[in-house]
Amino acid sequence: MKNDTDLASAARRRFLNGIGLAVTATGAVAGAGALGLAGIASAKTDAARPGGSFPTEKYDWNKHRWGFGVDVNKCIGCLRCVEACKAENHVPRNAHQFRTWVERYVHIEGEEAMRVDSHQDPVNIKASGSEAQYRFADRYKGAKVDKAFFLPKLCNQCSNPACVQVCPVGATYKTVDGVVLVDDTRCIGCRYCVQACPYGARYFDEKRGVPDKCTWCYHRITKGLQPACVEACPTGSRVFGDMLDRQSPISLFVRNNHVQVLKPESGNSPNVFYLGLDKEVS
Amino acid sequence: MEPLIHFAPYTGWVFPNETVFEWTVLLAVYPYLTGLVAGAFTVSSLYQVFKFERLKPVAHLALLTSLACMLFVPLPLLLHLGHPERAFNAMITPHLTSAMAMFGFFATFYVVLLMLEIWFAYRPYIVEQAQTRKDLLGKVYQLLTLGSYDVSERSLEHDRKWVFWLAVAGIPGAHGLHGYVGFLFGSLKSREWWSSDLMPVIFLFSAIISGVSLLIVLYVISCWLRKIPVDLACLKGLAYTVWAFIMVALVLEGLEFANIVYKGREGVEMIMQYVEGPLLVPYFVLQFAVGAIFPMLLLSYMIWRGTTGTPLITGVTLSACLVLFSVFMMRWNVVIGGQEISKTGKGLLSYHLPFLGQEGALMAIILCLAPFVVLLGMIRLFPPWEDHGTGAVPAAA
Repeated sequence: MKNDTDLASAARRRFLNGIGLAVTATGAVAGAGALGLAGIASAKTDAARPGGSFPTEKYDWNKHRWGFGVDVNKCIGCLRCVEACKAENHVPRNAHQFRTWVERYVHIEGEEAMRVDSHQDPVNIKASGSEAQYRFADRYKGAKVDKAFFLPKLCNQCSNPACVQVCPVGATYKTVDGVVLVDDTRCIGCRYCVQACPYGARYFDEKRGVPDKCTWCYHRITKGLQPACVEACPTGSRVFGDMLDRQSPISLFVRNNHVQVLKPESGNSPNVFYLGLDKEVS
Repeated sequence: MEPLIHFAPYTGWVFPNETVFEWTVLLAVYPYLTGLVAGAFTVSSLYQVFKFERLKPVAHLALLTSLACMLFVPLPLLLHLGHPERAFNAMITPHLTSAMAMFGFFATFYVVLLMLEIWFAYRPYIVEQAQTRKDLLGKVYQLLTLGSYDVSERSLEHDRKWVFWLAVAGIPGAHGLHGYVGFLFGSLKSREWWSSDLMPVIFLFSAIISGVSLLIVLYVISCWLRKIPVDLACLKGLAYTVWAFIMVALVLEGLEFANIVYKGREGVEMIMQYVEGPLLVPYFVLQFAVGAIFPMLLLSYMIWRGTTGTPLITGVTLSACLVLFSVFMMRWNVVIGGQEISKTGKGLLSYHLPFLGQEGALMAIILCLAPFVVLLGMIRLFPPWEDHGTGAVPAAA
């Protein structure tokens, strides 16, 4: 009996070991494969080399042309992007200064115009309980909603940026790889750029005495990382990549969809491309 | 402690970053002072270049007023900058596509021009004082002669030519400076309330009426303080100038508003809601009715009736005070009004003017009054009065 038991036990052990090995091996292979695949996938938007301090060594801005896409239909208004941006870029934790924000458009049956609000709205701030945390209050509960959507916004990194045009000292400038940056050490703090931006994308940081704006996380993208908001978005509403790479997510997004930009009449030629824009959006 | 973020209440839909007013009352004071500079210089030029002899009693006062105001023009900007210590970056490494980049150059050119013109206009007086006074002020006048004591007829003729040509150059200089301030606002396409080709011209004409009105007030006060009769011909000359230019200014402003309404571009509904609501009193009542139309009617009446004596002095001074107020309201309605209409075209914000603080009402009042303290000092140093025996250079023949 004992021998039978020992034999059965040994067989069981071998079987389990085999399964364990198989699982481990499969896991290892799958993991390696996934990592590899992830590597390939992210390589589409990768910069020249990962790591290194900013400005990234050997990063060649002549080899990239960054672009940003927003699929309005996918945004659920969770505001992870706003939280991630505030944390990543040390944006003041208040309800009046944002590098990126999300707008909510709601059309209620029988009403002529759409209602628009954002997380900075006092009602939404009350719902979140703090100016440092963001959420959309359930303020339309019970209303007969005809149509509603969320719309993320950020700096459009325009090709003809009005903010760059008006800066009296050239502190705000357009990089070759397509991002508008501010040189904090040159800026005189006149705020002409804040006035000139038709999108309201800039705010003035009173503590530092200079304006601030979205840079598409330039410190990250030049190291091969995604902008913080793109990484935090759980639905893939935000798309980022290199327009010079035909297979990058942004190239595919722009090529495979009928995209639009905000305020095209401004002549600024924005570089954030929207899918699913509504006529009500300004 | 004062909060760092001055959050502005709003109605409707405004962009989150718009809820902080970035350009405050100081940015209204800046074009106001620049306008006074240009307007005062206009009076000086009318005498020096266009030979309006009846303006002779205020010609030199106009020059000094222009310089006193000009010295304070950069101050509201410097107080407003996030990094005033870097202000000269705009001149050392100007970014030439920016309308603002030229300010330093225009302002410097104009200050130098004014100083030169005043020096040439007062050279005989400076020389006389340098030679007669033995006190500390005498030393100051000696320095101001710059070593030139020649007051021969040939030399004075030379001075007159300089004054004439500097006054000629100053006309485009002063008016260019102010038209340029209008361009700073008019060239911005982000705000419908600002974005207008007429903006520089509107600024210019409102500048002229404000500067001439300021001289009316200063002249009447100076006569009252010096206990001398007001030269009615001079006062009438100034009143005619205000009367003529106020009509142009009104027509231009009316055209500007009609353009916005008639074109009816996106966001016009919000603009209409704004002008019929929060802007009704500051724009239609204070700026137009009280500050422009009433003075124009009053001046028209006095010109028609041939009013003279004390009623003329009272009427013209009252009109001038109202015009000065109206032009400040115009600056306010442009600078603050523009920001009160959201860039979304779907919301309105309201600006709260704090009394204290670096960009408060008190600072604005101090900045508006400070030039006159300096002017008082200048008048002591360079008396602009004809009866003072200053020997100042008269207009070139």
